[in-house]
Amino acid sequence: MRPILMKGHERPLTFLKYNREGDLLFSCAKDHTPTVWFADNGERLGTYRGHNGAVWSCDASRDSTRLITGSADQTAKLWDVQTGTQLYTFNFDSPARSVDFAVGDKLAVITTDPFMGLTSAIHIKRIARDHSDQTSESVVILKGPQGRINRAVWGPLNKTIISAGEDAIVRIWDSETGKLLKESDKEDGHKKPITSLSKSNDCSHFLTGSLDKSAKLWDSRTLTLIKTYVTERPVNAVAMSPLLDHVVLGGGQDASSVTTTDHRAGKFEAKFYDKILQEEIGGVKGHFGPINALAFNPDGKSFTSGGEDGYVRLHHFDSDYFNIKV
Amino acid sequence: MAVEAAMQPSKVRWGELEEDDGEDLDFLLPPKQVIGPDENGIKKVVEYKFNEEGNKVKITTTTRIRKLANARLSKRAVERRSWSKFGDAVHEDVGSRLTMVSTEEILLERPRAPGTKQEETKVAGDPLAQMGKGGAVLMVCRSCGKKGDHWTSRCPYKDLAQPSESFTDRPPSSETAAATGATKGAYVPPSMRGGGAERVGGTDMRRRNDENSVRVTNLSEDTQEPDLHELFRPFGNVSRVYVAVDQKTGMSRGFGFVNFVNREDAERAINKLNGYGYDSLILRVEWAAPRSN
Repeated sequence: MRPILMKGHERPLTFLKYNREGDLLFSCAKDHTPTVWFADNGERLGTYRGHNGAVWSCDASRDSTRLITGSADQTAKLWDVQTGTQLYTFNFDSPARSVDFAVGDKLAVITTDPFMGLTSAIHIKRIARDHSDQTSESVVILKGPQGRINRAVWGPLNKTIISAGEDAIVRIWDSETGKLLKESDKEDGHKKPITSLSKSNDCSHFLTGSLDKSAKLWDSRTLTLIKTYVTERPVNAVAMSPLLDHVVLGGGQDASSVTTTDHRAGKFEAKFYDKILQEEIGGVKGHFGPINALAFNPDGKSFTSGGEDGYVRLHHFDSDYFNIKV
Repeated sequence: MAVEAAMQPSKVRWGELEEDDGEDLDFLLPPKQVIGPDENGIKKVVEYKFNEEGNKVKITTTTRIRKLANARLSKRAVERRSWSKFGDAVHEDVGSRLTMVSTEEILLERPRAPGTKQEETKVAGDPLAQMGKGGAVLMVCRSCGKKGDHWTSRCPYKDLAQPSESFTDRPPSSETAAATGATKGAYVPPSMRGGGAERVGGTDMRRRNDENSVRVTNLSEDTQEPDLHELFRPFGNVSRVYVAVDQKTGMSRGFGFVNFVNREDAERAINKLNGYGYDSLILRVEWAAPRSN
């Protein structure tokens, strides 16, 4: 395959997200402007100007009309996808890290980092259908975990919130009462900070990637560990194929040690694993730095990786990918 | 693409035309012809042009049109396709080239050859079995003898190791001079030097390339390399599987090659599979190259 290279960002990529139909790709980077691209040919459709800090994550509503972004400028913003105009700004007292729309787009979960004596928190906000009615009140605020919460997403039927972060523990919270329901054990769980979390299409299971050089597959309801994928580099990003039983792990050594080692030792490929057999299928090379973000097109026929090198690489799979046997 | 000069004499004389008006001559050219696409999706476009020297040039461009998976886009997605650009994308220079297609072909690199199991269990005493351990690759360093770690050209001990016999010219000792006595000064191929009889080092090389190669013909069109591997694997370690594919249609051409690590395995495979019914066709399995001895 010949990947399409998109160089719209001047700083490292942080997050990638497809809309539901898979025709638009949203990219976030440490420069201040999230960007939307056509997912088939990589043409830039537009940028969302207004943030004043690194943008850590984003999510698009099911009908692809709204975009929510969380940024280090201590805000989360709602945008009109088509025009790039800001609809609303949620102000926080610390950087916003992870954002995720609930099923139905009536709620959103936003996490904030520990900052200036404040602890990290998970905020659940109501999203008004008409943005002029939007308020900044939180429905529930969840607190407790130490350290940064790198990712918080909605569980099945919006009943729970699944969070993971620097303390290496995966937690499931009740989204209405804010009670902590489950925590991953010390033995099963990750040993180092969890960097990424990605849900399966039907939300029945999810995948976490960690700096302990492994990724783990969990059941969304019971939080039982299903599978572990062991690799030889810290995992920064994970994605699951919606079409085949494949998982992709992206990562690489710390950015600080990149220049002092051979590029072959960097291990900057996106590694494909068989989801069930936990066996490595293959690797896709290309980035000059660690992979920070991965996303699968909802049709499963292409995937995108975003790296520390500022490039987004869009890969349409060759036909032989679809009949790989392990 | 094929470019051929067709300097046919044209009816209008050069003298009647203004010289520096290249474009005006275009009416002299035959019209552009488009042939196809035929059932294989091959399309031919025949154009005529004047080149810099004023010669008429026929340009035939052959392209293959492939329909990608029938994209079923939702109505909304089609609508979004026509959205106007916004933000920084509005005043984007044509030359900014934000989106580029990689010039490099990137493959999904498999950690092992398809179809092989992670651990191959075979008698440890067999040196060939050990070589084949890391999948089907026979990676043996010829300068240090280390197996499965690196190729000869990448050998980290290259400078330390004694130069291996088989790849260095023998120093012209008195013995050699005697043997080649009459043809002194003439080129002697390495294999003939030193009597030729004691040469054994060369086989290592050949084994990697085309030794024990088996040709399989009368394959069905949907047979792919992994299928062939599956078929031949029970006979022994297979080092290479190749199915010939038509460049134009992308279909199998009905024959392929399988290389075995061991000659005996290949022989058994030929005995067993020649005439074997596979996918409703009778396979023909034979040695690919005429046997050297």
